Amino acid sequence: MALKASELKVGDTYSECLVEDLKRTQIVQYAGASGDYNPLHTDEVFTTEVAKYPSVFAHGMLSMGMTGRMVTNYVGDGRLKKFGVRFTSQVWPGDTLNATATVEEVSEEDGETIVNLKVETTNQDGTTVVSGYALARVDA
Amino acid sequence: MAANKFPVEASHIMMFARSVADDNQIYYDEEYAKTTEPGTIIAPPTFVQASAQFDPDYSLRPKIGAPWFGSGGEPTGIKRESSGGGGGGGGGGGLHAEQHYEYHRHPKPGDILTGETKPGKTWEKEGRRSGKLVFSESITEYRDQHGELVVTARGVGVRTERPVDQ
Repeated sequence: MALKASELKVGDTYSECLVEDLKRTQIVQYAGASGDYNPLHTDEVFTTEVAKYPSVFAHGMLSMGMTGRMVTNYVGDGRLKKFGVRFTSQVWPGDTLNATATVEEVSEEDGETIVNLKVETTNQDGTTVVSGYALARVDA
Repeated sequence: MAANKFPVEASHIMMFARSVADDNQIYYDEEYAKTTEPGTIIAPPTFVQASAQFDPDYSLRPKIGAPWFGSGGEPTGIKRESSGGGGGGGGGGGLHAEQHYEYHRHPKPGDILTGETKPGKTWEKEGRRSGKLVFSESITEYRDQHGELVVTARGVGVRTERPVDQ
C-alpha cells in the first residue's frame, strides 16, 4: 500500500486518532517495553510530592511512537527514511491525541522519490504536543 | 545511550508495538510479514529507543541493591540536602526535547545492534514556563553485526530550572 507520487499533492493530509483518554497503564506498558523507568512517568507519589508535577505524564517517546504509527500507516511499511520531532507540550493521563501528516513536498533524491511530510500531534484542547517531519520513499 | 549488544528480537518488537498502540501485523506476524514489501518483521520507527534495555549503565532503570529515586515507603528512595523541585523536574534526569531518526534500513529480528553515543552541541535558552533551559544533544549510531549503519539517532535533552508551569 505504498503512496504514489503522481497521486500526491502538496497540502494533502492524513490523520489518525492516536489514543483516547490515555491510561496510566499504557504509560507503564511503554516504560516496560522501552526500558525507560523514570518515575516521572509511572510513580504518582514521587511525581506529585517530590518532582511537584500535577501527575505522572507520558514519555515524549510514547507520543512519538504513537505518532510514528500514523506515519507508517500512511506511507507504508519499511518506507520511512527520516522521522524527527520536537516535544512541545507534556501529555497527561486522560489526554486524547490526534496526529496529522501534511504533504509539504515531493522530490527526487538519489534516484528515489521522496515525500516530505509535516507531522503534528495535538491534544483535546488543540495544543500541539509533538511537532516534526517525516521523509518517506514513495512510488514514482 | 550506549549498548554494546542490542539483540533485536521478535517478542520485544511485538511488546514495543503494543506499548505504542500499533497493531500493524508486520510487527508480530511472521507469515503476514512475508507478504509485505520488507518481507520480514521489522521494528517500528522508534524501536531503537529500547536499546536502553541493553545499556548496562542506563540510569533510569532500577538496579539490584542500588538506591532508586522513585517512591517506596517514602516519596523518594534517595535523600537529598535540598530537593527544591528543580534540576530537571526534581531529579527526574531532565526532559526529552527533541528526537530525530535517520533510517539506513529498518531493524529486524536477528540483528545484533551496537549503539555508540557521542555528545553533540549544548545551548541555553530562557524559558517562559520553566526558567533557564539547558539543552544538550547526543548522537547515537546503531550498527549491525556486520558494522553497517542501520539507524542514526539524534536526541536533545533539556534540564529546567524548575518544573514546567502548567
